[in-house]
Amino acid sequence: MACIEARGLRKAFGTTIALDGIDLRVEEGRILGLIGPNGAGKTTALNAILGLTPYQGELRVLGRDPWSERDQLMRDVCFIADVAVLPRWIRVSQALDYVAGVHPRFDRAKAEGFLAKTTIRRTSKVRELSKGMVTQLHLALVMAIDARLLVLDEPTLGLDILYRKQFYDSLLNDYFDRNRTVVVATHQVDEIQHVLTDVMFIDRGRIVFARSMEEVESRYREVMVNPDKLAAARALKPIQERQGFGRSILLFDGLDRAQLATLGEVRTPSIADLFVAVMSNHAGRAQGAAQ
Amino acid sequence: MNTQANATSESYFDPQASAPAAISAAQRLYWALRRELWENRSIYIAPLAAAGVALFGFLLTLIHLPEKMRAAAALDPMQQHERIEQPFDAAAALLMGTFLIVGMFYCVEALQRERRDRSILFWKSLPVSDLTTVAAKVSIPFVVLPLLTFAITFATQLIMLLASSAVLAGSGLSVATYWAQVSLLQMSLLLLYHLMTVHVLGSAPIYGWLLLVSAWARRAAFLWAVLPPLAICTLEKLLFNTAHFAAFLGQFFTGGTEGLYAPGTMPMDPMTHLTPGKFLSTPGLWIGLAITAAFLAAAVRLRRYRGPM
Repeated sequence: MACIEARGLRKAFGTTIALDGIDLRVEEGRILGLIGPNGAGKTTALNAILGLTPYQGELRVLGRDPWSERDQLMRDVCFIADVAVLPRWIRVSQALDYVAGVHPRFDRAKAEGFLAKTTIRRTSKVRELSKGMVTQLHLALVMAIDARLLVLDEPTLGLDILYRKQFYDSLLNDYFDRNRTVVVATHQVDEIQHVLTDVMFIDRGRIVFARSMEEVESRYREVMVNPDKLAAARALKPIQERQGFGRSILLFDGLDRAQLATLGEVRTPSIADLFVAVMSNHAGRAQGAAQ
Repeated sequence: MNTQANATSESYFDPQASAPAAISAAQRLYWALRRELWENRSIYIAPLAAAGVALFGFLLTLIHLPEKMRAAAALDPMQQHERIEQPFDAAAALLMGTFLIVGMFYCVEALQRERRDRSILFWKSLPVSDLTTVAAKVSIPFVVLPLLTFAITFATQLIMLLASSAVLAGSGLSVATYWAQVSLLQMSLLLLYHLMTVHVLGSAPIYGWLLLVSAWARRAAFLWAVLPPLAICTLEKLLFNTAHFAAFLGQFFTGGTEGLYAPGTMPMDPMTHLTPGKFLSTPGLWIGLAITAAFLAAAVRLRRYRGPM
C-alpha cells in the first residue's frame, strides 16, 4: 500500500516553478531521503505532502488529500519542519499537556520517558533551552505519537554533530518499525545514508534520481583507477570522473564488479558522490549542495 | 479533490485510524484556548493589575469616607447617589478601558505572532483545524475578556463595598444608608448589558478587522489595520467633502449606542431605561455582525494559506 502517491504534482510561485510535475510513490515502511540543492523544491514537496501549501496535480497521503484534510491527516502524520518551530514562550509541561490534549495517538508516558533521559526540566520554557535540548524536546513529543508517516525537513540544521548523530540514532532505534514511513529532506547526506532504504534526488522541481538503497549498492561502483588503466576505464563510459588522492576516481553504473576490479580499487560510492555525479550530468551543475 | 478516490481510500484506512480514543472538537477548542491564555498572559494579568490599582486608590480615599458621607447627607438624593457611586463607576471604567486595550492589542498580534516566530509549523503539525484555532482566538475578545472583565469588576466592587462598610461601621455611621445608594446587583447588570452591547456586539467589526489584518499582514499589522481606513476617510473628505465612511466606522467605536438606552436623563432606577429590543433591532448592528462574520471567515481561510514569515 502506498503511503504517499503523487501524479503530476506542480507548484509555482509566480513565475518560479518549484515543482514541475512530480510523480512519486512511497510505499509504507520505507525511509526515504529527499536530497537536493537549495531551492530544488524539497520543502515545497514536503509542504504539499503535509497540507501546508496548495498544489496542482494529484496527491494522496495515507489516502487523504492533504490540502483539504490537513487536520485529519495530522492524526496519522507527524512532522518536524526544523528545530526552531517550538514556540519560545511555551513551558515543557505545557507542550506535553497541549499535545496530549489534542492528539489521540500521543502517549504521554512515552514522551516523559524520553525526556527523563535528558536534562530538560518540566518547568523550563523553550526559550531557556539550548538548541540541542529543543530538538530533544521536539523529538520526544513526535516520537511519542504513534504516527504512520513522519516527515522531517532538515531536522538537524544548526545542530552540532553529537546531537545530529543522536537524533538519527534515536529515530532508527526508538521510532522506526516496518509499519511506519519516514521521509527526510536534508543536506547532510552522509549522516543519513546508513538510515535510508530509498533515496531520491530532486533538482529544479523535478525528480532526477529515485532508487532503493539496495539498487544503489548493487548498481553503482566507484573505481580509483590505476593511472595506466585510465584510457581503458574511460572507454567503459563512466557517469562521472573526479580527482582524489592524486588519482582519477570514476563512477560507473551497472558494470560488473570483477570487470572493474582489473582497473583499480572498487568500492560503493557514497550517496554524496552519487548525488554530485547525477546532478552534474543532469543539469551541468557540478558543484554545490551535497556536502 | 476526487470524491470517488476518497471513498475507496477511506475504507482502507479508517478501521485503523479510529482505533485510539477520539478527541472531541470541544476538547480541541479547550486546549486551543488554554494555549492562548498561556501565550498571552496579559489577558488576565492586565485586568487584575487594573483592579489592584483601582482598589489601592479606593482604599486610600476611605479615610475621608465618613466626612464625605456626612456632607452627602445634606445633598438631594440624586446627587447623593451619584457622589457615592462615583468610585464604583470609576473602577468599572478603568477595567473596561483595560479590556479595550488588551483586546485590540491581542487581536493585532493573534494570527501574526505564530507566523513570525515560525511556531505555526508546530501548531499545524497537530490535528487542530484552522477553524478551531481561529475560533479560540476569536473567543478571547468576544467571550473571555468580557466575562473576565465582568467577574473582576464585580469582585473589585464587592471588595470596595465591604471595605467602605467596615469603615463606616467603625466610625458609627449607618451602613444601611450607604448600601441603599450602592446597589451592586444593579451596577453589575448594567455593566453586563454595557459590555455585551457596546463592547462585544457593537464593536465586533473592529475585532474582526484586527484579526483579519493580523492573519494577512506580513509585518506592521497595526499600521495596516489603521492606515487604510484612515486613508479612505481622508480621500472621501478631500474628493467629496463628506464623511460617510468615517460615520460608518464611528458607529462601531461608540458601539452603535443608538437604541441602547431610552432617550432622556438617567432616572433613579436605570434598569427601566434599558432597551435591548431596540438595540437588537438596529440594522447597523446586524450589518456590523455580518461584516464581522465575513472578516473572520477570511481570517480562517488566510491561516490555511499563510506559512511562517
